[in-house]
Amino acid sequence: MKTADPPRPRTRPKRPGAPGAHRRRALPYLLIAPTMLALSAVLGYPLVKLVLLSFQDMTRKELFAGTDPPWVGFKQYRSIFTDAFFWEVVGRTALFTVVCVGLTMGVAMGVALLMRQVDPWVRVTMAGVLVAVWAMPIMVAAAVFRWLTDTDYGVVNWALGLLPGADFTGHNWFANPWHGFTVIVLVVVWGAVPFATITLHAALTQVPAELEEAARVDGARGWQLFRCVTFPVIKPAFVMVTALMAIWDFGVFNQIWLMRGGQPEKEYYLLGVYSFTESFAVNRYSSGAAIAVITVLLLLVGAVVYLRQLLRMGEVE
Amino acid sequence: MSGTATRQGRRGRRLANTLGLLFSALMAFPLYWMLLTALRPASEIRHSPPRFWPSQLTLEHFQRAMETPTFWSNVRSSVIIGLGTVVVSLLIGTLAAFAVARFRFVGRRAFVMAILCIQMIPLAGLIIPIYLLLSDLGLTDSLTGVIVTYLVFMLPFTVWLLRGFIQGIPVELEEAAMVDGCTRFGAFRRVVLPLLAPGLVATSIYSLVQAWNEYVLVYVLLSSNDKQTLSIWLVSFQTSFGTDYGGMMAGATLTALPVLIFFMLVQRRVAAGLAAGAVKG
Repeated sequence: MKTADPPRPRTRPKRPGAPGAHRRRALPYLLIAPTMLALSAVLGYPLVKLVLLSFQDMTRKELFAGTDPPWVGFKQYRSIFTDAFFWEVVGRTALFTVVCVGLTMGVAMGVALLMRQVDPWVRVTMAGVLVAVWAMPIMVAAAVFRWLTDTDYGVVNWALGLLPGADFTGHNWFANPWHGFTVIVLVVVWGAVPFATITLHAALTQVPAELEEAARVDGARGWQLFRCVTFPVIKPAFVMVTALMAIWDFGVFNQIWLMRGGQPEKEYYLLGVYSFTESFAVNRYSSGAAIAVITVLLLLVGAVVYLRQLLRMGEVE
Repeated sequence: MSGTATRQGRRGRRLANTLGLLFSALMAFPLYWMLLTALRPASEIRHSPPRFWPSQLTLEHFQRAMETPTFWSNVRSSVIIGLGTVVVSLLIGTLAAFAVARFRFVGRRAFVMAILCIQMIPLAGLIIPIYLLLSDLGLTDSLTGVIVTYLVFMLPFTVWLLRGFIQGIPVELEEAAMVDGCTRFGAFRRVVLPLLAPGLVATSIYSLVQAWNEYVLVYVLLSSNDKQTLSIWLVSFQTSFGTDYGGMMAGATLTALPVLIFFMLVQRRVAAGLAAGAVKG
């Protein structure tokens, strides 16, 4: 590579006419070129293709013949937007996201605060468990939760049966979608709590002890102390984790797909699953693509919150 | 006065400890139950009421799981895909991360924004055009196709994480090396790279884990049984073995174990890297 570059700290102003200045200016672009190339080929192109596809009508026939599918304009979108089932799925996805994010952030915030109160050995235990759960592949989590909620021998049915007046013998958790979604929400939240807790706990360690001490001297207690002193300091981290969680939960696919054994019933469709089955089970690729485009557009709302937070914190100078 | 305060404090701490342990037990229970089911004889698995402690341990379920015809070829696929993804994404990701961390150039901000945005696109949303693209290139049912796709989805994260690690290395060190006659590349190789090693390890293991865990893409792309990855193996295991929960939990343990070990090794660094963005107030 460059052999004759004189030392030049990046902070020093440019010296026009310095030998090699031209090449040096090209260097950062050369460095990011491979990344740019890979991203635009394998992500940019498909992204464009996805949008194009949603304006066409691609079926199994065109896929196998390799011919260009006919152009149909907004037909896919029109039929999706007039379909009551689509709106049902959108509503269900939104509700699912709100419940999952709310539960995850609530639990994570509580546990992160709790981790400051406990003895060191308890904190190490909690962190160990959190990391172990964080590492669990989704397929494994899905398999384990299916076993826990098994109709005949599931430990959950047994444990709930211990409650006074409850009989859960032979209860099938997936016969009723509300019950089924309870289990799916549990899987998602169980898997998401570790990341959220660890990040929030890391943020809490940045809260200056003197700040809280001063507030305590001034008589702030409990909830008031948290709301007025602690939370404002960790708010950037909290907003970011919430946005990330919302993005992940809104696009959820694996947990539902796996918990329903690869054949989710219509009552279990969320946007991700809906788009996927439209494409790969019914072979209406264009309709699936249109749903995917709508999903990504809705996701952008979460992405904007996340990016604005990053910008405000000066992470992206 | 102060006596009551400390007693109250001690009671508060004991309550907090209890709550913390209770939370840990609840979170860990699914993992414990997985291991227990995998290790206990079949007769004990279907027992009502359930027993929470094994009376004897057996490896028969593990044996059965590992004797499924495609197990070892699926392990091989998972390893090849994981390593291929990590090596290539580190190679080109480090370059980009270095550019973003050390240079100011026109379009830098746009590049970082693009990286951050891309990181948020769910793979499941792009599966249709990626499938069509790879089928045009004749790369469906090929590990190369999977590696290329994973690579692209790992890259933004790799660049972002490594950027943080590189920024943590004082630029003065490089400048000193260059004053002493090193070239820019020489300074990178002799000064930055050794200091970056822990960051590279953390990033690569994190990517490895992501590749190991991914399911949808390989499910759509890889149709031959012997090319499929462990994640597919585990899921098809569930269908073919029905309610053989012993075998299923043994399979789940086998799939999770390498990930768990690697993750335990690097989590502190990754968590720090991820949180760094979130914490700087």
